[in-house]
Amino acid sequence: MSHDALNEAFESLKDSYRLIAPVRKPFRGTMADTDAIRYEEITRFEQIEFDAKAQFSAKEIFQPITQVLFYFTEEEYKVPAADDKKILVFLRACDIHAVDRVDTIYLENGPVDPYYKQIRDRVEFALIGCESSYRNCFCVSMGTNKAENYAIGIKPAGDSVCLDVKSDSLKVKFKMQDHQVADFEMDFVTENEIKVETPENLDGQAIADHEVFREYDSRCVACGKCNFVCPTCTCFAMQDIFYKDNENTGERRRVWSSCHVDGYTDMAGGHGFRKKYGDRMRFKTLHKVHDYNKRFNKHMCIGCGRCDDACPSYISFSNCVNKVTNVAKEGL
Amino acid sequence: MSNAYMPFPSEILEIIQHTDIEYTFRMAYEGDIVPGQFFEVSIPKYGECPISVSGIGENFIDLTIRRVGRVTDELHNFKTGQKFFLRGPYGNGFSMENYKGKELIVTAGGSGLAPVKGIIDEVCRDKSQVKDFHLLVGFKSPEDILFKSDIKTWQENNMGVTLTVDGAEKDYAGYTGLVTKFVPELPIENMDNVEVVVVGPPLMMKFTVAEFLNRGVPEEKIWVSYERKMHCGLGKCGGCKMDDTYICLDGPVFNYVDAKKLFD
Repeated sequence: MSHDALNEAFESLKDSYRLIAPVRKPFRGTMADTDAIRYEEITRFEQIEFDAKAQFSAKEIFQPITQVLFYFTEEEYKVPAADDKKILVFLRACDIHAVDRVDTIYLENGPVDPYYKQIRDRVEFALIGCESSYRNCFCVSMGTNKAENYAIGIKPAGDSVCLDVKSDSLKVKFKMQDHQVADFEMDFVTENEIKVETPENLDGQAIADHEVFREYDSRCVACGKCNFVCPTCTCFAMQDIFYKDNENTGERRRVWSSCHVDGYTDMAGGHGFRKKYGDRMRFKTLHKVHDYNKRFNKHMCIGCGRCDDACPSYISFSNCVNKVTNVAKEGL
Repeated sequence: MSNAYMPFPSEILEIIQHTDIEYTFRMAYEGDIVPGQFFEVSIPKYGECPISVSGIGENFIDLTIRRVGRVTDELHNFKTGQKFFLRGPYGNGFSMENYKGKELIVTAGGSGLAPVKGIIDEVCRDKSQVKDFHLLVGFKSPEDILFKSDIKTWQENNMGVTLTVDGAEKDYAGYTGLVTKFVPELPIENMDNVEVVVVGPPLMMKFTVAEFLNRGVPEEKIWVSYERKMHCGLGKCGGCKMDDTYICLDGPVFNYVDAKKLFD
């Protein structure tokens, strides 16, 4: 299919879909003269960044950074009106797996979260392949390098673009019958430079106070960037705000929170847990590659390596996992 | 779909003062509930906090609340007849079935008495449910004693109450010392027929459980309740997770066999 034909198809989706894809934003990176790659709403094929990893995941779509749960006025509550448009989000294989990990928390752990479900039910995935592994990626180790669960697979091929459309309704929208049939396969990475071995049969309690985590007491600065860029981190805090002009009206929101940031475990009265930053690193690491698996039979971490890309102290999560595995193997 | 985040209004039927900063709010509520379960008290503009149920009646629940944070500070401005919002009940709570026909020992420290008070009230209502009963409860000082009139009722009903304070003026007539001091003195006839409930601050629970284990009480006969940060009570916010356990969904009440494996 030509780029023009694809853009026409995108145009035809406009009324029923929002298209969300990674976009390159020149000179907007955190360092001088670097670009930012972020998820945004797009209208044209050319806007999609295929050649670099998005620094933030697409989780803002599913779990907005700040989400209004309801507006309150004295004794009345009102849930905000919800959008009803479908969302086609362009994800790499690992990020499609990430949505599954988040689904498990919001839809299966305890009662269904209505806010998450309202958005999630409208989402369809467009798969972007990976021709080669990016820096810090370890998807092969986590078994998330391939994905089958997508509505369309999209692969740029010079002047044209190859589409693998699985969804019947999208086949119609994309007028697939008018286009040349191509024999192609989506690109999946089969080897990463970084390899991670997750710990098996780990006794979390026994390793909790192990010295392997002590280097992070000083290296980690508790900024929480690793949590915020992580496509599988789901934690939030509640926040009530009120309007200056009428203090009896306001809204309750939930906002992203981070297990690395101060205050995460603090209760009224001041008692908290995990004061040492190394203990927070341990809490996160075990959640991603140990206790989530214990509860749900799959690892939470999907190996995108964004935590390592983002860390201002150059802490490597994948390295930490391997250290924990080695400690577990050698015996505690 | 029902929205679990939406609170419901509940009227304050009565406010009972215990200390300068601790009050029991008797709230209108109809529905099944067991001791040890909790509600999220929800006050728009101030936020939410998890509070365990300290009393259960036909048309009400009691919430005993210490003035210690943003929500609870605001709560103490409320008067009888006003309403505030609740979400819940959440958590598993204590199952009375586990204690029927047993020698039951309830050990509580400070505000830890609130979540177990429902058990004591239930036993007090019909003592034939258990083979024997003892309550060991400790507070910081005589001024910090909660549920004074309830404790008096339990004493009058020969509920085997040992009330102690950590420290007091010389002329204080009651027991002084930590609850751990009194554990060795508790009468236990048959170790295989005893059930022990321990709820209080983390250190109190740790050392009290250790004392009971010292006495030879089997681990599976000990029950504890945990308190952690909870934003949602629904297994989503992550604040209360310990290892693979969500205190809000899987707890807050745990058998010690499971509780001893939990770590922060």
